[in-house]
Amino acid sequence: MGWFERTYNRIKKKGKKTIDIPHGLWTKCTNCSQLIYNKNLEENLRVCPKCNYHFYLGVRERIEITLDKNSFNEYNFKINSDDPLNFPGYKEKLSKNEKKTGLDEGALIGEGKIGKIPITVGVTDFRFMGGSMGSVVGEKITLVIEKAMEKRHPLLLISGSGGGARMQEGVISLMQMAKTSAAVAELKKEGLLYISLLTHPTMGGVMASFASRGDIILAEPGALLGFAGPRVIKQTIKQQIPKGFQQAESLLKHGGVDLVVERSKIRSTLIRILDFTLS
Amino acid sequence: MAENRYSLDFEKPIMELERKIEELKGLTAEEGLDLSEEVSRLQSRLRKLEKDILSHLTPWQKVQLARHPNRPKSLDLTELIFDDFLILHGDRLYSDDQAIVGGLAKLGEEKLVFIGHQKGKSIKENLFRNFGMAHPEGYRKAQRLMNLAEKFNRPVLTFVDTPGAYPGIEAEERGQAEAIAANLERMSQLRVPILVIIIGEGGSGGALGIGVGDKILMLENTIYSVISPEGCAAILWKNQEKVKEAAKALRLTSKDLLNLKLIDEIIPEPVGGAHRNVEQTALNIKKAIIKHLGELKRLSPEELVKKRYEKYRRIGRFKRG
Repeated sequence: MGWFERTYNRIKKKGKKTIDIPHGLWTKCTNCSQLIYNKNLEENLRVCPKCNYHFYLGVRERIEITLDKNSFNEYNFKINSDDPLNFPGYKEKLSKNEKKTGLDEGALIGEGKIGKIPITVGVTDFRFMGGSMGSVVGEKITLVIEKAMEKRHPLLLISGSGGGARMQEGVISLMQMAKTSAAVAELKKEGLLYISLLTHPTMGGVMASFASRGDIILAEPGALLGFAGPRVIKQTIKQQIPKGFQQAESLLKHGGVDLVVERSKIRSTLIRILDFTLS
Repeated sequence: MAENRYSLDFEKPIMELERKIEELKGLTAEEGLDLSEEVSRLQSRLRKLEKDILSHLTPWQKVQLARHPNRPKSLDLTELIFDDFLILHGDRLYSDDQAIVGGLAKLGEEKLVFIGHQKGKSIKENLFRNFGMAHPEGYRKAQRLMNLAEKFNRPVLTFVDTPGAYPGIEAEERGQAEAIAANLERMSQLRVPILVIIIGEGGSGGALGIGVGDKILMLENTIYSVISPEGCAAILWKNQEKVKEAAKALRLTSKDLLNLKLIDEIIPEPVGGAHRNVEQTALNIKKAIIKHLGELKRLSPEELVKKRYEKYRRIGRFKRG
């Protein structure tokens, strides 16, 4: 806290400012501030052509660029979030996020093909309440794992969950970590392949359950990955955090992921892995 | 009680009355006055006061009680509960985490593997124990002990008491998330009974990392939460004064969690809280351990794993349609 309160807000802070104009013609890169023609950005899979910054990708777009064209079938279990704790503001937050994202929750599950190989897929979407895991996300992830076992297909889980376990559902959310992990353990016992793809950001309870336990773990460049958030760590240790800390490249160096893969190479890398495990 | 006078705000009247009683007792001894009637009158008032205060605690006060520095920690309780306890060390990979203790224990005829978070009671102890916040090596040591339990067909007993897994640079670099996740998987598949008891603070993933089991029990005045009330207040309201509201909203007391069917049983604490009578607390825990392990032992390894999977598979509240 400074000695003087700033009463007027006429002085604008300098520094990076994100300009995200989804329906405009141009997007300014979050990282290097380069103006990118939207059509070029889409063609480049929402990766900055200048600095290689990987923008968020919604679940539908993610599935589109990862799976074989038109091969995806969503599992429609029709489950929606409740408000079991009657948590202040939760219902409003849910409906706001539904409107904002056009999604009914923070995860999408289904099956499809990658390089003609059948696969079950689950994706969490950071834009929906930070991709946090409450009852519905936990249930959907568990259901898709069980589907993989039923069909004896490999499983791909793509995480973008900065929120970790969703606080508005309290310990019920925390227990989704145990639930999904138990399902992952069953899947492994069945000898089925589980590939985890980590995208920006994957933290907390999602990272500390299914996301960090793939047989093979891929990560997108620059993705923030870890257990505790950088702000919490900074508060605890009262020190600056080193540059690049908790980024995918740092995890690669410390042995936390198998590969850091650029978005344009993810599909081909998945095909190589899937091919290896095919009999 | 005499050695440590730390008290929470709402405990102050209790402490005050206790001091008075001691004063009167002192007078009896020194001056030879017979004040026994007065003393016993005050003592019954004390018991009533303790009961009154403890039965009207707010969730935030429960949080404070769960974190009470004088509350018995894992090793205080194991000392009173077990007939023998051989502490084992190290994860064989990096180091020996002092925030999680464990080893081979004997309770009567029962042989079991114990794993528990260990907080300190003084600053010095807490620095040594890292305030009960484990690094990845703590969770990996725990898993090593679980494997040992399975190998020799002994049940696992865990005591949970942590603010959370340690949020630090090295902890992250050594894979804090992976260490916890690996334990969740392992515990879901372990072919021996697992009994989990929250003895103080159940702090999120750091608690769950040794907290998956067949039965989850909580001491009466403990908490279990997905996030600390402080963290919740900071994120939701950006205001530390909202910490009391956060504590309420999170439904983190033993009663809340029993109502939500997330735990199986509450172990009663002596009047005034676990720290007011550690022996009684230990005895209550011991009874619960004997009862639940006795029941769980009747199940075959296959039944145990299947039932455990179903227990967690059911957790979740949502609307269908």
